[in-house]
Amino acid sequence: MGRYVFTKLWQSVLTLVLASIVVFVGVRQLPGDPALAMAGEEATPEQLAAVRAEMGLDQPLVAQYLAFVRNMFRGDFGESTRTGTPVTELIATTLPVTLWLSAYAIVVAIVVGILFGVIAERFRGRWPEWVANAFALVGLSVPNFWLGILAILYLAVTLGWFPASGYVDVLSDPLRGLYYLTLPALILGTGLAAVIMRQTRASMIETMTTDYVRTARAKGLGRGRVLVRYGLRNSLIVVVTIVGLQLGGLISGAVVTERIFALPGFGKLTLDAVFTRDYPVIQAVVLIITVSYILINLAVDILYSVVNPKIRVGGAN
Amino acid sequence: MAVETLPPGTAGAGLGSGRGRILSSLRSNPLGITGGVMLVAVVLAALLAPVLAPYPPTEVHFDTPFQRPLTEGFLLGTDDLGRDVLSRLLFGIQTSLQVGVLSVLLAVVIGTPLGLLAGYSRGFDAVISRLTDVTLAFPFLIIAVGLAAISGPSLGNAAVALGIAQIPTMIRVVRGETLRIKESDFVLGARTMDASPTWIMLRHVLPNATSAIIVQATVIMPVAVIGEALLSFLGLGIQPPTPSLGIMLSDAQQYIFRAPSAAIFPGIAIAAICLAFNLFGDALRDAFDPTNTTRK
Repeated sequence: MGRYVFTKLWQSVLTLVLASIVVFVGVRQLPGDPALAMAGEEATPEQLAAVRAEMGLDQPLVAQYLAFVRNMFRGDFGESTRTGTPVTELIATTLPVTLWLSAYAIVVAIVVGILFGVIAERFRGRWPEWVANAFALVGLSVPNFWLGILAILYLAVTLGWFPASGYVDVLSDPLRGLYYLTLPALILGTGLAAVIMRQTRASMIETMTTDYVRTARAKGLGRGRVLVRYGLRNSLIVVVTIVGLQLGGLISGAVVTERIFALPGFGKLTLDAVFTRDYPVIQAVVLIITVSYILINLAVDILYSVVNPKIRVGGAN
Repeated sequence: MAVETLPPGTAGAGLGSGRGRILSSLRSNPLGITGGVMLVAVVLAALLAPVLAPYPPTEVHFDTPFQRPLTEGFLLGTDDLGRDVLSRLLFGIQTSLQVGVLSVLLAVVIGTPLGLLAGYSRGFDAVISRLTDVTLAFPFLIIAVGLAAISGPSLGNAAVALGIAQIPTMIRVVRGETLRIKESDFVLGARTMDASPTWIMLRHVLPNATSAIIVQATVIMPVAVIGEALLSFLGLGIQPPTPSLGIMLSDAQQYIFRAPSAAIFPGIAIAAICLAFNLFGDALRDAFDPTNTTRK
C-alpha cells in the first residue's frame, strides 16, 4: 500500500513539474513583448530595459522559471492586464460557480448513470434495456452544448420550468442557487452519465457471471439483492475511476455550459481572457486547471487502490 | 450497441478467412449496418457538398432572412443573413470531417510508434508514460485555449489540439496490443531467428495491432467532431466565413426565438455523424473480436 502510494506520489510530482514547464514555455511563446506592453510603445530603450529588469525578464531562463514557481506557491498570479484586478481575486469570485456546477453535474451523472446501468442489467433483453442503451448512445453522440440550447428553448422558455440563464450564489441562497444550476448541471452531466451507465452495465454483467454470485444465488439470495450487494458494490469502483478519468472532459464541458447559460464562472473567465489576450489570467487558469486535474487524479488513484486491493498488488501500472 | 453476443456459429464458422468473418459479422449486425449506411451518407454529403449544395455556403440573401424550412428555394430555410441552411450544413459536415480526419491522423501517426516503443521496451515505457501523463494533465479545451492564444484560432489549430488530446489513449491502446502480441509464439519464433526489434515491431506486432488501431480511430472520430463543433461554437476553432456546424449553432443561439430551426439542423448533423461512427465502431469492434461478449 505505502509503496504504491509513494510511486503514485512521485509520478504526480514529476508530472506537475513537467506540466509547469510546459505552461512556462507556452506562456513565453505568446505573441507580444510583455515588457513593451507594460512600458508603452514610446518607451526609450533604457526605460524598456528597466521594466525588463523589474519584471525579471533579463534573468536567465532557469531563474525565471524558479521565480515563476515561487510566485505560484505564494498564490501570486499577477494582475489582469485588462482590468488591473489581481488574478487571485478574479479566480476567487469565479471558481466557486464552476465548482458548484461541476459537483452538481457529477452527482446527477452518478445517480442517472448507475440507475440506468442497473436497469439495463436487471431487464436484459427487454424494453427497459433498450431505453437505457438508447439514452447512453444519445448521450455519447449528441453534443451537450446543443442539448443546452434545446433545453433553454423548450424547458426554460416554452415551458418555463427553469430559468434560462443567471446565477444565484448557492451559499447565500441554497434553494434558489441550486434551482438556477439545475438545468446547466443536467446538461453538463449527460455525457458523463452515459459513460457511467455503459461502464456500470459492463461491470455488472461481469460480476453477475462470477462464481460467488452463482453461490449467492444458490443460497437463495434474490436476484435484486445480489444485484445491489455484489453488482453495485463492484461497479462503484468503476464509477470512481470513470469520474476521475472524465474530469478533463467535465472541465471543457463546464466552460461551454457556462457560456450557454451565461454563468459567471471559470469558463467565462478563461474565454474572456483568451479573446482579450489577458495573458496573466490565461496562465493562471491553465495552471490551476492542470494542477487540480493532476491532484484529483492522484486522489482517484489512491482511492481506487483503497477500494480495490488487486491494484496495489499489480503495481503502479 | 444492442447486440450482446454474436450468434454462436459466427465465431467458429469463418475462422479460416479473417476478412470474410469480419464482413459476415458486420452484415449480421443490424446496428452496424445502420451505422455503416449513415457513415456512407455522411461521407458522401461531405465529398459532394459542392455539387449538392444549392447555393455557395457564404452567399447572403439579405431580402430573405429567417426563412422557415421547406420554403421555396430554401429546403431547410435561411439564417439571419439569408444564407441557405442546407448549403451551410453540407459544407459544415465537410469541415467537421476534415478536422476529424486530421486529428485522427495526428493521433495515429504519433500514437502508434510511441505505443509500439512503450510496449516493446521498458525503458521507453517509463519515459512515454510520463509524457502521456503530462498530456493528460491538459484537458483538450485548455490545449485549444493555449494554441488559440499563441497562434490564433484556426481549423489547423483545432485539429492539432483535438489530435494531441487523443494521443495518450492511442498510445495506451497500441501499447496494450504490443504487450499482448509480443508474448505470442510467433514473435518468440521470430526472436529466436534473430529478427531485429524493429523488424518484429513492423512485421509482426503492427499488422496484428491494426484492428485495435482502426477501432480506436472510430472512437476518436466522433470525439473530434464534437470537439470541433464545441471549439468553433466558443470562437476558438474555425473562423467565419468558413462554414462550421459549431459556428452555425453559436449564430443560431443569438436568434433562436426567431428561427429555432436554424439551431436544430446543425445539432442533428453533428449527432448523425457521431452516431454513425459510434454504431459502426461498435460493430467493428464486435466483428474484430468474436470472443468479446461484453463491450466496454
